[in-house]
Amino acid sequence: MELKELFAIFMASVFSQNIVLTQFLGICPFMGVSKKLETAVGMSGAVLFVMLLASIVTYFLQYYVLVPYGIGYLQTVTFILVIASLVQFVEMVMQKFFPALYAALGIFLPLITTNCAVLGVALLNIKKHYNFVEMIVHTVGIATGFALALVLLATLRERLEFAKIPKPFQGLPIAFITAGLLAVAFMGFIGLF
Amino acid sequence: MRFFRIIWDGITKENQVFKAALGLCPTLAVSTSVENAIGMGVAATLVLIGSNFVVSLIRNWVPKQVRIPIFIVVIATFVTAVDLTMHAYFPALHEKLGIFVPLIVVNCIILGRAEAFASKNNPFYSIADGIGIGIGFMLGLMLLATFREVLGAGTFLGKSLGIKEPALIMILPPGAFLTIGFLMAFFNWAGGDK
Repeated sequence: MELKELFAIFMASVFSQNIVLTQFLGICPFMGVSKKLETAVGMSGAVLFVMLLASIVTYFLQYYVLVPYGIGYLQTVTFILVIASLVQFVEMVMQKFFPALYAALGIFLPLITTNCAVLGVALLNIKKHYNFVEMIVHTVGIATGFALALVLLATLRERLEFAKIPKPFQGLPIAFITAGLLAVAFMGFIGLF
Repeated sequence: MRFFRIIWDGITKENQVFKAALGLCPTLAVSTSVENAIGMGVAATLVLIGSNFVVSLIRNWVPKQVRIPIFIVVIATFVTAVDLTMHAYFPALHEKLGIFVPLIVVNCIILGRAEAFASKNNPFYSIADGIGIGIGFMLGLMLLATFREVLGAGTFLGKSLGIKEPALIMILPPGAFLTIGFLMAFFNWAGGDK
């Protein structure tokens, strides 16, 4: 496995294929928790953790259960169930053994079940026919890209608090327009990797 | 008649895209053309009608603590059915919508309606709610898609409108964020904070 290819996959999934700004996955948490930098960082950590775990589990499920038994059409049903129960399980384990971490990330965990980015990455990994190493690199890249976009938007929105915004634009509309400008910036990376 | 009033409410008062800002991921992603928007809208409507109907049928037998996983399985079943049907009869559209077809399963509108409406009402009204919310979702998608396709590609439903140099950015990802931002601001302004 060439390191160069892995690097290309990583950079592409962080920048030019950014999950939020170019693929529109995970918009709900992107808009929901980007009001403050602190929560944005917490959410990013929780997403990285769950996304990686979910991708690994669904990867083995796909290639060792669904494909050999010819039941690929159950993909959607099994993946969503696995992710939902995984989130619940992680929450319980964390609460019991890592109370400090749970206090920091706990409230974000239930939100992640409905984060389409997690299921989206699991499906993309299969769709792009990645092998195991590529899959790990891709998933970490996507999660990093999500964190980057979320933290950037959160810092921008903290500044916007002090700006004079016309009344109809306050709240979500201006956040979307800010995200649009961010997306323009991210388009600059297309073709680089 | 109440059946039709529920449909009407679903399209207007309870419009999920603009009123509740739900289901935004697929809304932004597939609104590059009106054709995609209609395809996605129809798929989501079919899933909504099916899942609302079944959830409503089983609402009295489902224990409260495990209702969410059960609803998700019901929704995932209908999503799979729609996904496979689309793959068989509309392969081109299926290819374009890509992973957003299986992702209907995590569309918060559908679980939201199962929880908020279907688990409390009879199957007949739940179907009405599915139709109304589905059409409302489709209209929201189409509105966004119309702006983006006309401004970004200079076409409507694939037919050229004779616009010389369309603003390409509107059909690229940033255009989606900008369009929904301005549309929401417009609805805020038109709705008025009385």
